[in-house]
Amino acid sequence: MPPTRQAASAPPERPQMTVMLSRVAHSLYWMSRYIERAESTARLLDVNLHFLADLQDLSVASQNTWESLILSSGAYEEFRKLNATADSHSVTEFLAFDLRHAGSILNCVYAARENARMIRDQISLEMWEVINELHLILKSTNTADVWARGPQEFFTRIIRASHQFQGLTDATFPRSEGWEFIRFGKMLERADKATRILDVKYHILLPSATDVGGALDTAQWQAVLRSASALDAYRRYHVREILPWKAAEFLIFSDSFPRSLHFCVAQVDDLLRRILGETGARPRSAAARASRRLLGELESRTITDVLGQGLHEFLMDCQATLAAISDEVAETTMFYPAESSLEDQQQQQQQ
Amino acid sequence: MSLLRSPYQTEHFFDEMFAAGARSEVRPHYRRLAERLDNLPEAEFDQRRAAVDAAFLRRGVTFTVYNDSQGTERIFPFDLIPRIIPDAEWRRIEAGLVQRLHALNLFLDDIYHGQKILKDGVVPPALILGAKHFRREFMNFNVPRGIHVHVCGTDLIRDDRGNYLVLEDNLRCPSGASYMIENRAAMRRAFPQLFQSYGVRPVEGYAEQLLKTLLHLAPDQKEKPTVVLLTPGVHNSAYFEHCFLARQMGIPIVEGRDLVVRERRVHMRTTAGLRQVDVIYRRIDDDFLDPTVFRADSMLGVPGLVNAYRAGNVALANAIGTGVADDKVIYAYVPRIIKYYLGEDPILPNVNTYLASEQADRRFILDNIDKLVVKAANEAGGYGMLIGPAASKDECARFRAQVAAQPRNYIAQDPIMLSRSPTWCDGQLEGRHIDLRPYILHGEKITVTPGGLTRVALRKGSLVVNSSQGGGSKDTWVLKGDT
Repeated sequence: MPPTRQAASAPPERPQMTVMLSRVAHSLYWMSRYIERAESTARLLDVNLHFLADLQDLSVASQNTWESLILSSGAYEEFRKLNATADSHSVTEFLAFDLRHAGSILNCVYAARENARMIRDQISLEMWEVINELHLILKSTNTADVWARGPQEFFTRIIRASHQFQGLTDATFPRSEGWEFIRFGKMLERADKATRILDVKYHILLPSATDVGGALDTAQWQAVLRSASALDAYRRYHVREILPWKAAEFLIFSDSFPRSLHFCVAQVDDLLRRILGETGARPRSAAARASRRLLGELESRTITDVLGQGLHEFLMDCQATLAAISDEVAETTMFYPAESSLEDQQQQQQQ
Repeated sequence: MSLLRSPYQTEHFFDEMFAAGARSEVRPHYRRLAERLDNLPEAEFDQRRAAVDAAFLRRGVTFTVYNDSQGTERIFPFDLIPRIIPDAEWRRIEAGLVQRLHALNLFLDDIYHGQKILKDGVVPPALILGAKHFRREFMNFNVPRGIHVHVCGTDLIRDDRGNYLVLEDNLRCPSGASYMIENRAAMRRAFPQLFQSYGVRPVEGYAEQLLKTLLHLAPDQKEKPTVVLLTPGVHNSAYFEHCFLARQMGIPIVEGRDLVVRERRVHMRTTAGLRQVDVIYRRIDDDFLDPTVFRADSMLGVPGLVNAYRAGNVALANAIGTGVADDKVIYAYVPRIIKYYLGEDPILPNVNTYLASEQADRRFILDNIDKLVVKAANEAGGYGMLIGPAASKDECARFRAQVAAQPRNYIAQDPIMLSRSPTWCDGQLEGRHIDLRPYILHGEKITVTPGGLTRVALRKGSLVVNSSQGGGSKDTWVLKGDT
């Protein structure tokens, strides 16, 4: 028998939260994207710092790697304005801690937290606590200390917090429209990051395409797979060696690995249908058409095909499509009049 | 080792925990707490204090400090020694608060309709008609269910003999209820056993009662009315509270830009298009509500909101124009207002107040400014205030000039030696001044949540309890019995 409830005056019926404010959708989406972005960047830097620790004598290759990392991040010009050379220190500093770079890990965490704060009433206490705690820790962290203790601890903390956040979102957030926006943000970010992780190696790979299979190459492709947390999964499919084209194939075309481009785009496509209410076989919106087209390519093309076209060009096309999808969805569901500076007036209201 | 071991001085103040006299005996309703503290090693007390602070920070129970370039969010300093109110004492407070809110609502309804109280000469018409918060545009407007103030936070203090006095009424957008609830949660975690032995009345019903109060305003024919909380936004100092209450009630929290008025109906922008809103719990001042009616430069408000309100298509809590009754000048008339409408004597008296607008009082204020507390009529948060006995000559002179120039804007009060409560200060218990803000809701009937926000002036000797000026807070326990 279930315990009988205490007789009390009937509580008022809760007005059902069946609708979602556009502003809330917008913040859920960005909160999720920023957390994912912080995690990916942390892993990318962590793996590369590790990888280079293993190959200290190869300083030429090392130089090259950091240069490519910045190139693929899409912030090359910005980096160049602030730094003379791209080495492990300057690139890590820029991508992890530099508050002048909007995409730095610190800025991503702050932005995620600011978005979470704007919708504090919509997410669970558990989700909020993870994000808020990470924010508090980073606020009180000094970059010099991070370097002194070895940045790995820092990256691990970011990655763990992101995992914790995802787990708690999964365990405490209702499967509602908000859930779709959270997932949409995450999957879009992952797809984009998959293209960038591969693109890092495109810069290394192509000039010496004849080297394929060398020891350095194997180590580098291991690092690529690690950057996407894909090394173990890859090994289950391809028992022995790590072949560059197989690694690329895995990261682009795998339909079961949750960080492959194909997998993420399939999710994006599905979420788009729900968010935009695309029920018909033929998509009505430009965003859904674009995602269907991209998914179609990923379902039907082969790695030989893509390498023939040029890996870099292919990845750039994918990135552009993903960006267009994001913009279109923002316009149709999250559209907001341009934000002006409301701060002063917001502060005046108090009693 | 005991926390109570250190010599505790009640001095010449009324102390909540210790009766005056040579032996400083613990008052009966504090005895069980004293026993608990006696048995608690200091290290353990410190540990609990640190745990509570960490939890507040982690949970984001913070307020935003203005005038700080960092836009710092701080936790509201919390003291672990609760303020305890026995049942009999509380009943009197409760009756006094209900009486006061009832009278103030009748007053507002009269002011915005027949103005009988002005015609009868009980309140000088010039005070109302010239008041900053009087909304002429709302003359003869019938507010939903005839209620003007749905949410009220009345500040109470105790004088040196322990009498409860009303310090001010907050009838616009009083804040702090969320801290009342969060403080309780923190205390339950820190001292779980103590709650079991003391019969402490719960405060957690506040949010549900608030929701009932808001639903009471919805149009009758609406089966599932949509209620929202309108916030100025994430930069407001009380933003945490707005989120907290919206969550507890399960209603959306909206900003002005989330709302849009079409055909004199208010809608919110959702991912699935517009959806009509029936009741708005607004935490934005009148001036910012609607740029087409009030301040044209307001970016927080909703153009057309006032029109929709006038058409009866949306309810606002609190109603527009309630500020006319919580003005510090009108405050002086509240005892007469209670008498006028209810024919009763006020259960909770006011602090003795002088009105600069009246000649004899003004003379007295100007001559004795260094012995009085002077307040600007329309400021909140402890701003625009002079505490004569503690102020410098220059400050006194500045206020004297201001009072002389704008008498309508100032009042003065006898300084009250606010009661003190033992408070943990740098490793020992010391007496610190406190006040009390209980929360009163006016829905179908008037209810007072048993408890409230006890604010404490943490600086030694300070009488200013506002969080913006070095104040902290304590949990407030209203007991089921008298011990």
